[in-house]
Amino acid sequence: MPSLKDLRNRISSVKATQKITKAMQMVAAAKLRRAQEAAEAARPYSARMASVLANIAQAAAGEGDAPTLMTGTGQEQTHLLIVCTAERGLAGGFNAQIVRLAREHIRRLLAEGKTVKILAVGKKGVDMLRRDYVNLIIDRIDLREVKTLGFVDADRIAKRVIGLFNEGQFDVATLFYSEFKSVIAQIPTAQRIIPAAAPAAAAEVSATPAGTAAAVYEYEPDANAILEDLIPRNIAVQIFRALLENAASEQGARMSAMDNATRNAGDMINRLTLSYNRQRQAQITKELIEIISGAEAL
Amino acid sequence: MADSFPFELVSPERLLVSEQVEAVVLPGSEGEMTIMAHHAPLMTTLKPGVIRVRGGAGAETRYLAFGGFADITPEGCTVLAEAAIPAEQFSRADLDARIAAVQAELDAAEDDHHRTKLEEFLSNLSHIESHINS
Repeated sequence: MPSLKDLRNRISSVKATQKITKAMQMVAAAKLRRAQEAAEAARPYSARMASVLANIAQAAAGEGDAPTLMTGTGQEQTHLLIVCTAERGLAGGFNAQIVRLAREHIRRLLAEGKTVKILAVGKKGVDMLRRDYVNLIIDRIDLREVKTLGFVDADRIAKRVIGLFNEGQFDVATLFYSEFKSVIAQIPTAQRIIPAAAPAAAAEVSATPAGTAAAVYEYEPDANAILEDLIPRNIAVQIFRALLENAASEQGARMSAMDNATRNAGDMINRLTLSYNRQRQAQITKELIEIISGAEAL
Repeated sequence: MADSFPFELVSPERLLVSEQVEAVVLPGSEGEMTIMAHHAPLMTTLKPGVIRVRGGAGAETRYLAFGGFADITPEGCTVLAEAAIPAEQFSRADLDARIAAVQAELDAAEDDHHRTKLEEFLSNLSHIESHINS
């Protein structure tokens, strides 16, 4: 049976914890709003990029020498998994979910006899994957010093990935991140970025006879040169999008995790206060009984 | 008065401009070009340079763009810039930082193809300098 003093100490410590989780929740809420705005602001660019790409891919398809970044190397032997996670924990199952999805992929690919390489973005993912697959991690990218996520950060990752591809280090690249659905729902997602999955729109357009294609573009310098320029940029854009989604998801997950923690702390305080009051009353009663029985004995 | 057309300038971070304009001067990789309404469909890459936008009232706004590409149709013009800033917010120090970054990359570059590209980029960047103070 804990003494009254012990109970008092515990109550005050839980209260302090509750204050911290409450503050973290509010910080996450503010950051979430900003992250959502950033994700929103980036949307027009990626949407237009997709439509332009669809358009140009169709034009270049006829010429038959599209860049290998688009068509792939024709093999599927070596897989590169780009696992994007957060730099910080205390965000519920956010990091664990992404890593779990990545781990399932790794296990399946290894079972199929493929070679797997991991490029880890974010500290938490490195920490978790290091336990099982330390020799598969070829590189890690730290975003800890980055205050606001900019396109340059995504570009840095994209350059690294494309560099590896040009060296022939891998055939297929898949991006792992968490898609932001709402504050309570973040969906871990795997997205293939190299070879670029042909945009759905392109498939539709090319299904119609060539003569009816909407706009016959002129290209300057020429379609393939633009495509060569465009594909790496598109990869950077995809990574940027993933990072932004991830940032929003992380804050959302942290917000709901901290909300839960605050509520749990509240419950705990209630329970502890109840038993504290009971015990205090018991002690008073005990003392009274002692006094009364002492008086009766006289 | 010339016809106006919708013009959009988008950078990965945000949508900078979306308005009706009369003419846009783009720094195309094959040379500068002026886009007006009902232009033939054209797609071009851009070199780092100044985009000049002439609005309906004849006022001219300038933006600095660092590479990207433009998608031009008779219905409008969309510029997807790698990075873009309104010219008045751009400072010398900013440009110097960019030049230094590219220079560093150039020093690290190994294959010639990549190197040529970077050198081109660098010379274009240096070219922008003359625009800033004017």
